[in-house]
Parts: sequence; C-alpha cells; structure tokens
Amino acid sequence: MDHALSKEVETQVEKRPGRLSEFWFYFRENRGAVFGFWVFVVFVFIAATAPWIAPHDPTQQFREFALIPPAWQEGGNWSFPLGTDPLGRDMLSRLLNGARYSFFVGIVVVVVAASGGILLGLLAGFSPKWLDAIIMRLMDIILAFPSLLLALVLVAILGPSLLNAMIAIAIVLQPHYVRLTRASVIGELGKDYVTSARVAGAGLWRLMFVTVLPNCLAPIIVQAALSFSTAILDAAALGFLGMGAQPPTPEWGTMLAEAREFILRAWWVVTLPGLAILITVLAINLMGDGLRDALDPKLKRS
Amino acid sequence: MLRYVLSRFATFLPTFIGVTLISFAFIRVLPGDPIIVMAGERGMTQERYDELVVQFGFDRPILAQYWDYLTGVLQGDLGNSYVTKRPVWDEFFALFPATLELSICAMIFAVALGLPAGVIAAMNRGKFFDRTLMSTALVGYSMPIFWWALLLIIVFSGNLGWTPVSGRIDLLYYFDDVTGFMLIDSLISGQDGAFTSAVRHLILPTIVLGTIPLAVIARQTRSAMLEVLGEDYIRTARAKGLPPGRINGLHALRNALIPVITVIGLSVGTLLAGAILTETIFSWPGIGKWMVDSIFRRDYPVVQGGLLLIAVMVMVVNLTVDLLYGLINPKIRKR
Repeated sequence: MDHALSKEVETQVEKRPGRLSEFWFYFRENRGAVFGFWVFVVFVFIAATAPWIAPHDPTQQFREFALIPPAWQEGGNWSFPLGTDPLGRDMLSRLLNGARYSFFVGIVVVVVAASGGILLGLLAGFSPKWLDAIIMRLMDIILAFPSLLLALVLVAILGPSLLNAMIAIAIVLQPHYVRLTRASVIGELGKDYVTSARVAGAGLWRLMFVTVLPNCLAPIIVQAALSFSTAILDAAALGFLGMGAQPPTPEWGTMLAEAREFILRAWWVVTLPGLAILITVLAINLMGDGLRDALDPKLKRS
Repeated sequence: MLRYVLSRFATFLPTFIGVTLISFAFIRVLPGDPIIVMAGERGMTQERYDELVVQFGFDRPILAQYWDYLTGVLQGDLGNSYVTKRPVWDEFFALFPATLELSICAMIFAVALGLPAGVIAAMNRGKFFDRTLMSTALVGYSMPIFWWALLLIIVFSGNLGWTPVSGRIDLLYYFDDVTGFMLIDSLISGQDGAFTSAVRHLILPTIVLGTIPLAVIARQTRSAMLEVLGEDYIRTARAKGLPPGRINGLHALRNALIPVITVIGLSVGTLLAGAILTETIFSWPGIGKWMVDSIFRRDYPVVQGGLLLIAVMVMVVNLTVDLLYGLINPKIRKR
C-alpha cells in the first residue's frame, strides 16, 4: 500500500515537467547560451582544480627559461606549453590559477551586491514613501559616479588589494539590484495573490520574502549573470591599473599590467591573459542572454 | 510638462547634495592626516602644522567645514593640487577638451557603425548576417578594452607601423591652444601635416573607447527596430503598399530611435569610465589619465574635485536626457 502510493507519486512527478526541466527546455533553444554554459562549466572546473592540473607552481621562477614562446613556435619547450613570462614563470599554470581569482571575484561580488541590493530593494518597495525616496536617492548618488572611477577611488581609500577591489565593485554594482528589485516588487504588490496573502493574515516578513520575492527573481537572476561578467572585467581593469590584485598574484588583469612593456617582443604574455578574460566574460554574457530569454515570460511561446 | 521638469529637478538636487557630501567626506575618511600627507617625506614643524590646520579650517565644526566646501564648490573653488599648486578647477577644464574630443569621436564612431548595423540586422532577422553581426556585437560588449588597446597597438603600431602609440600629436608640431580640440587647433595653425598627425593619434583611442558603446548601440537598435516592426502601424503601412525602404527608414527607424537616443545619452558614464583606461594606455592627456595619476600621487584635492566634477557632469547629462525624453515621449511625463 505504502509502496504503491509512492510509486503513484513518482509517476505523477514524471508527467509534470519540473521547473528546472522547463527552464532547460527554453534555455536549450538558444545555442549560444548552451555553448556559453559549457564554457562556463569548464571555467568552474579549472577554477576548482587549478593547483592540481597546472603543470607548475604559478609563482615559481625558472630563470633560465624566461620569455620562452609557446611550444609550437620555434624555440618553444613542451614543458611550458604556452611559454613563460619575463620572470620565467609558466604561462599555462598562471592562466589556470588566474581562473580561480576571477571566479572568486565573480562569486563574492555577485553574492554581496545581490543580497544587499535585494534587501534594500525589498525595503524600498515595501516601505513608506519617505524611506523609499531616501534609499533611491542614495542609489542615484552611487550611480552618478562612473563605476570604474568610483571603484578606483574606493580602492585608493581602502588600499590596493583584491579583497578591497571586490568590496568596491560590489558597492558600485549594488544599486542595479536595488532598482530592479524595487521595480518588480512595486509591480507585484498590486496583484491579487498579494492582496489575498495579506487578507489571509501574512505578516510583513512573510509577504516580503515568501510571497513577493520569489516572483521577482527572474530579472535578478539575469542581472546576477551580467554582473558576474562585469565584476570579472572590472577586477581585471583594476588589476591592470595596479589597484587590484598585487603581483605576483596570477590574476589576469595584473598579469597584463606586468606584461605591458613586452607587448612588441613577446605576444603571448599579452595576448593570452586577455584572451582568457574575453572568453570567460563572453561565455557568461552568452549564458546571461539565454537566461533572459528563458526566464522572460513575455518571450515564451506557450 | 512643467510638473515633469520640476519632479526631475526635485530628484536632481538631493542627489547633487549627496554627491558633494561624498566628495567632501573623501578627504576625511582617508587613512592618515591629509596635512601630513601634503607635507610629504620632509615633514614639518608643529607651528607650521597648526598654521595649516587653521588655514584649511580643520579646527572648525564639521558642518561649518561642509558649508564652506559647498559654497566654494558653487563658486568654482575646489582647492589647489598638492603637486602643481594650481587650482583643481583650472586643471580640470584645461584637460577636459582632450577627453571631450576623444569621447565625441568615439561616440561618432559608435553611432555611425552601430546604428546601420542594428537596422540591417533587424531587417534580416535570424539570417546569417544578423547572427554574425550580433555575435560580433556580443564579443565587443564582452571585450576587456585595456587588452583590446594592447592588441591594436601590437598590430597597427608594432607590426604595421601605421599609427603612433601615445599622445595627441607629434612633438614636431607646436601651436597655441585655441579651442583645446587638437583636430581644430591643428587645422587653424595651418602647419603642414599637423592635422593628419592629430588624426593618426586619434584613431586607435577612438576605436578602443568606442567599442563597447558600438556594441551596445548595435544591440539596442536591433531590438528597438524589431519591436517597432511588429507594431500595427507598420502593418498598415505595408498594407498601403509603401515601399519597404520607406517603411523601414521613415516609419520604423524614427520610432526605434527613441530608446537608442536614451542609450547614447546614458553611455556618457561608460565613456568616462572607459576614458580612464584608454587615456592611461595611450598617454592621452585628458581627465581620465589625470585622475589615475592623481590617485597614484596621492594628490587628494585633485581626486576629490575631479570626482565631484565628473559626477556632476554625468548627472547633468542624465537630467538632460530625461528631459529630452519627456519632450519626445509624452507617455513618460504622465507618471
């Protein structure tokens, strides 16, 4: 009896496609997005396993092998497949380890900016007009500064390091989440299901986080994907300007800054870190476009 | 309309006050005493220190200090640079034309290529051309522009030797600033080759700075066109038998331009942020490079003043875009 019941439940579950599979169905339509997704999976894998799959230590200097070109070029050496930098460090190992920093930056910035932004956005959407106005004016103030400039100045105050760069970028990206959350909260508040929840006696916290928030998540998820790539780009830009991760950290932007004077002599020290940034950011943006198409109910042909 | 204008100003003013508060707070939250920083490594006597505290008004209540700062700002007094001792205001406006010239060229580049690209892509929706164009736009949008600049330097300056690597004009040429715009000044000076030299210096920075706006404009134009092309009045125009060129060019593009113009206006902030990287790489003597250099030199009054001026400029442009948008689109006014 018990067994039969659970079996029946199972078949029911099979019949109705879950939310995830429905999402995947729409996401799959966009080939670019799927491609971006797989590249991102590889990126995450590299970030997770870099110390074990990298052939060398990323900071170890092989002084007698400085500026060796990639293996397929004349003078290359297969123990350094992508060549070495001016200090004789293995490019491949540095690039693989660089994925860790970029991934770390992306995750931390998105989590900090999104959680702060969602909280403030919910607060603004639910609160009386005066508090709403104060929160939104504060966000306008942050948005008045060009993001990279504000991040740069914040890092100048806090001191140059990767952690401070992440804090600065999170602060700069946060207003977008606040605006987005507030706009969708206000859009949802007038709907019948919210009224019915209210009539049923749902408290403010329940209304905020259980009733309304899940219905506002679609645009926030898309924004999260987009700001993941923005965070990687900005952190690399700060690193490039000497205000992010400090040498000898194998962060991609910092690597580019160190390699600048060699651009006309050794193409690989300049080209490869930038290519790594571009591929990662491009993959995430492709995925973001696909997410938007899959999550935006207006575009769904049901 | 008046109500709309007033409501826009009502949000502008508090934001302006907030921006001045932030830039006022900047010098005070820095680690270390600004006067000690100013003295540098030589240090100073206690009397001189006390003198400076009074001179900068650091002994007065914080509110009075802010009031002095605000009234100073409104009169164009942003203090003097620690390094050059010149007023920050004068330095900013001496360098600003260089950034403006570069930004205008970048914007022209982006609009001239992005607008037609977006329109053509929309008209060929889903076809090979559309897909190629939009993939390229996404690559441009994802581009780390500091790397893009280095690549262009490798190819065009290093391998081909077509363009110079840095500065605004060759050192051979010298003439007075008339407008501050190198293209115009070099023409006025009438020296042989000065104008071509200025153009050659501009090409790479323009491409680098214009790349992201170009991608954004192309994508935005395409989606705005697609939206408009689905409207009823386009179907009516088709049914009337109007030629497709006339429909796309006159009926659709005109209405599709509204969101595109907004995007163009709002990318001023993007341009200024991009100018920081572009100017640093190409040693372009503009605001962006000036800010980065000042941050490294710990020239705090410059950082403070520059930050404020740039923010105010972005705010004024955004306000103008909002007002223009209200003028073009009556629906917005009635919110």
